[in-house]
Amino acid sequence: MHTAFKPLPAQIDSEDQKPIITFEHVGVLYRVPKERVSGIKEYTVRWLQRRLSYEEFWALKDISFEVFPGEVFGVIGRNGAGKSTMLKVMARVLHPTRGRVVMRGRVAPLLELGAGFHPELTGRENIYLNSSLLGYTRKEVDRLFDSILEFAEIGDFIEAPLRTYSTGMVARLGFAVATCVRPDILLVDEVLSVGDSRFQEKCLARMNSFQAQGTTIVIVSHNMETIKNFCSRALWLDQGQAGAIGSVSEVVASYTG
Amino acid sequence: MQYPQEIYDSSRRPHPLVEELLSLIKYRELVYQFTSRSITARYKRSIIGVAWTMLNPLMTMVVLTLVFSQLFKWNVPYYPVYVLSGLIVWGFFSHTTSAAMGEMIWSGGLLNRIYVPKSVFAVSAIGTGLVNLGLSLIPLLLIALILGIRFNPALLVLPFSVLLLSIFSLGVGLMLATAAVYFADMIPVYEVILTIWMYATPIIYPVEIVPPQLLWLFRLNPLLYLLQTFRDPIYKGVIPGWDVWAIAAAFALAAFLAGGLIFTSKSNEYAYRI
Repeated sequence: MHTAFKPLPAQIDSEDQKPIITFEHVGVLYRVPKERVSGIKEYTVRWLQRRLSYEEFWALKDISFEVFPGEVFGVIGRNGAGKSTMLKVMARVLHPTRGRVVMRGRVAPLLELGAGFHPELTGRENIYLNSSLLGYTRKEVDRLFDSILEFAEIGDFIEAPLRTYSTGMVARLGFAVATCVRPDILLVDEVLSVGDSRFQEKCLARMNSFQAQGTTIVIVSHNMETIKNFCSRALWLDQGQAGAIGSVSEVVASYTG
Repeated sequence: MQYPQEIYDSSRRPHPLVEELLSLIKYRELVYQFTSRSITARYKRSIIGVAWTMLNPLMTMVVLTLVFSQLFKWNVPYYPVYVLSGLIVWGFFSHTTSAAMGEMIWSGGLLNRIYVPKSVFAVSAIGTGLVNLGLSLIPLLLIALILGIRFNPALLVLPFSVLLLSIFSLGVGLMLATAAVYFADMIPVYEVILTIWMYATPIIYPVEIVPPQLLWLFRLNPLLYLLQTFRDPIYKGVIPGWDVWAIAAAFALAAFLAGGLIFTSKSNEYAYRI
């Protein structure tokens, strides 16, 4: 099904090439109350009684790796292994508690398509809303508008409220907005299964052309096949720790072994 | 389209407050989008539309005027103007602070996944409040004219008064938003606080009825001064003294700094707590 996408070999040969993503001993600590303290009343009572305790939980522990420009890097792991925390750190939603993260370039998250859409607004209004969520200015969207519309193929529906759209149309619009400008780093969170196969081909073709122009792609998945099909190198996350880092075949071997 | 290379280095971040301000400038379109969305969404299904913004405080004013002038026989000249100017300030403060808290909590699913400056909700709540305040000034000034209050140059200070009120509300809104991330019952608790706060502020009653032994308590209320800088130019036609402005500005700045610092220092936790 995903035959359209063929990762190019990454160009790691030159000595002077800087990594585009660097993780140095990254740790992320979640600090959550041990018992579910729901309200301010309860909190105050517990605080007065000194019965407030927190549970500390390292979602990522001492993760170090580098990704080079143009690579397709996979992150694989079971549910709760820290994959989404990893994506959040890359997307700047979370800052690491320990260690250092460097992202050199514009990062575009390609998360659940249509996450920032509003059902009552029209397609046109949603394009403006969604692209402002990604940090574009009005002028930029004005310029990109036609190319977004062309890619999304929703035609006259552009003036209709989003709630009248089919799932496929929402997915197309979401992908078109998220990828309207070629990013330096594209974060992909298991979104390749939406829409019909023709649209999937189109998405993959666009990602392919991005990669050919130098975009680095990070794919996060619990599905071994996805990682095998797309990635040149991968990281296996196991309970917040790096189980293995290296070529896909090595990582697959230790993940299944 | 060419973009300058952006580098994010987690070990070289500016102070969180500075980072948030820079980010807000970059995401200014988002502030505009959220503001216009909340204004249009509110009126989309109503026939008289934007007129509600003007009618709402107006109707409250009519009721209060009837109640207090007939029942309590308060002798407040131009009471409709007195109460309406108070209600507009109060409406701005209570709506913007509640929205700053609520919008962020309801948008949690989004904040979890993509980066946006999280104060964008509080800032666009202020934007929405400013539009509504601007609209409700129209009936206020009309009524003042009808009742025979003359316009005078003192009205020119109103923008400064609204500015201080906005800064204060933004600071309080940011503090509330931080608290709401931790406490699920913050929204109903704040509603109770708002009710008490409203009756502790001379909005519908004249300051003169406050018992002298309780005056010191009333003077601790920041809204007393912020309200005075707004109401005096309209109602009395005078600009309040510098001491009133100084206290109002001090409260506004203190709330803004405290809110901004508390909000940004905790913002890393929002991503997994909301």
